Amino acid sequence: MQNPYMPYPVRIDNITVETEDKNLKTFRFVFLDPQDEEKFGYRSGQFAELSVTGKGEIPIGIASSPTEKGFVMFTVNKVGLVSSFLHAMKEGDIMGVRGPLGNWYPWERMQGKNVVIIGGGFAFTTLRSSIVYMLDPANRSKFGDIHVIYGARTPGMLLYRDELIDWEKRDDISMHITVDGTDDPNWKYNTGFVPTITEQKAPPGGEDTYAVVCGPPIMIKFTQPVLDKLGYSHDRIIMSLENRMKCGIGMCGRCNIGKEFVCKDGPVFTLEEINKTPREY
Amino acid sequence: MKIVQIEKNVWAAGLKKLSETYRLFGPVKEDDFHNFKRLQQGQLPDLNCLNTRLSPKSIIYPQTEVMFEYSLDENQEDHHILKEINKDYSPQAVIGIRPCDAKAFALVRLNFDTAEYQDPYWLKAYEATTLVGLACESPCSSCFCTTAGCGPYHEEGLDLLLIDNGDQYWAKIITDKGDAFIAAAGWNDPLDAKATAQKIEAKRQAAEDKVCSKVNTDNLRGIETNDLYNAPFWEDVSFSCINCGTCTYVCPTCWCFDIQDENRGNRGCRMRNWDSCMYPLFTLHGSGHNPRDTKLHRVRQRFMHKLKYYVDKYDAGIQCVGCGRCVRLCPVNIDIRRVCELMNQYAASADACEVR
Repeated sequence: MQNPYMPYPVRIDNITVETEDKNLKTFRFVFLDPQDEEKFGYRSGQFAELSVTGKGEIPIGIASSPTEKGFVMFTVNKVGLVSSFLHAMKEGDIMGVRGPLGNWYPWERMQGKNVVIIGGGFAFTTLRSSIVYMLDPANRSKFGDIHVIYGARTPGMLLYRDELIDWEKRDDISMHITVDGTDDPNWKYNTGFVPTITEQKAPPGGEDTYAVVCGPPIMIKFTQPVLDKLGYSHDRIIMSLENRMKCGIGMCGRCNIGKEFVCKDGPVFTLEEINKTPREY
Repeated sequence: MKIVQIEKNVWAAGLKKLSETYRLFGPVKEDDFHNFKRLQQGQLPDLNCLNTRLSPKSIIYPQTEVMFEYSLDENQEDHHILKEINKDYSPQAVIGIRPCDAKAFALVRLNFDTAEYQDPYWLKAYEATTLVGLACESPCSSCFCTTAGCGPYHEEGLDLLLIDNGDQYWAKIITDKGDAFIAAAGWNDPLDAKATAQKIEAKRQAAEDKVCSKVNTDNLRGIETNDLYNAPFWEDVSFSCINCGTCTYVCPTCWCFDIQDENRGNRGCRMRNWDSCMYPLFTLHGSGHNPRDTKLHRVRQRFMHKLKYYVDKYDAGIQCVGCGRCVRLCPVNIDIRRVCELMNQYAASADACEVR
């Protein structure tokens, strides 16, 4: 019997401070046993439990893409006991990764369709994974137009800034980066909240277009009416939810929204599915 | 079907023999009530108890259980890497478990044994366990097993059912595990299966007739989750709740748990502990946000889980066996039978009000 609670041992290979407030760091892990990397085969949208030995586990979305080999990557916001301790760890330290867990964005259903990625704040991690996955030369032809609307409070709070700028330069992806506000005279992208920019830049909804939305509750709240107005049906609005989790495999009982466990039946749901639940997230 | 007769005067000798192959558990009197305990050499289970205060779930699913060990000492090889630990999964038997508590394990199994994941701790302990049931002849006033998918002679989840017949027990063998248990005890006095089955049937009927407390669950599946969730009665139901967690602690079908690391010096273990949906910390996000931040949310979660979400998810009835412990022990008299009725009737009244 395979023990689903046993993490794979990993070494912290690289740590990058992502944001100007230093509250977000990206950790790149290498599996101690290369065979574990094979076993950890994942899809964009899944998460894993980061196991900080002696402190506990935290559920974090996988920020690397399955097309990136040799490591797995997670961006962690410093909030509680485990994430604070993790932020104080250094390259070379040993810890664990347990997963991959949960479902993924509906890649099969989105084949041949236009994809509009809408993200806010630090909820851009699995969206980064998705963009890298779709832009991979082996995959780009499987999708129609790709739009990305991504916003943060300030330019310094945007994740993966170098990559964002690289993607801006490409012609096979339409980037709409925005910040709530900035006094930087050299800021040459959008200014405004994500729902506003969505209204201005997102393509109209329809049979062939999916919106993948990930962000803080306030962003989601104000983005939904915009998508409704643009004609997105609720089975084409894809969302990734977060809840407190422990087991990550649908057993410990805390992350449910109605009968669905966010950890196992999610974290990815269509808005249509979420509407049928009590939305306790 | 095999039914064996056990004269009560050979009962103790049989148990002695069984203790060589099984770790034996049974109801034991503690102060004013009974609980399931490991039986010491020569100790007999007290089969006269009505039902135990706590359910026997901890025999398979301990309240606190070590999952892994680790070293934090960087001089050690394999430091910070979790290690499996050896556990005693040798055969054990629970003697005198009531049919309701045995069926509870079958319900809980649906959570721990899924197509995608198997919980190794729960399953190995469950597989190592033989459940030797004792049919109920005199239910408590708070028992409502017969309408909760169970009953005083219910066999689901049991390996063996003992029926008290005065000077003997009749032992109805239900599974191979039960067969092995009887063989290990050396009880080999077979009864005419057909004739005894008829007598058991009559006793079963008489015992079931004594269970007068009932719940109705027929509408639960049909009603929309969100209608039930938004029903007005939750305010009233949860008003007196003090979120003490007694209901989840004594319930044989409550399975929620927490995982924690605990260190002592440079060593530590990852363990899991029973947790409860009654506690605010159960769902508190790191950000401070809590999707179930009021007791109304938490009380509603408990009843919705047992009587609606579970029903919808597994199509195996309600997540309750009618043992009545939460009814007896709730300090503010919240009664799952009343809540079930409110939920079940709400479905009915919603239908009645439908405007066409």
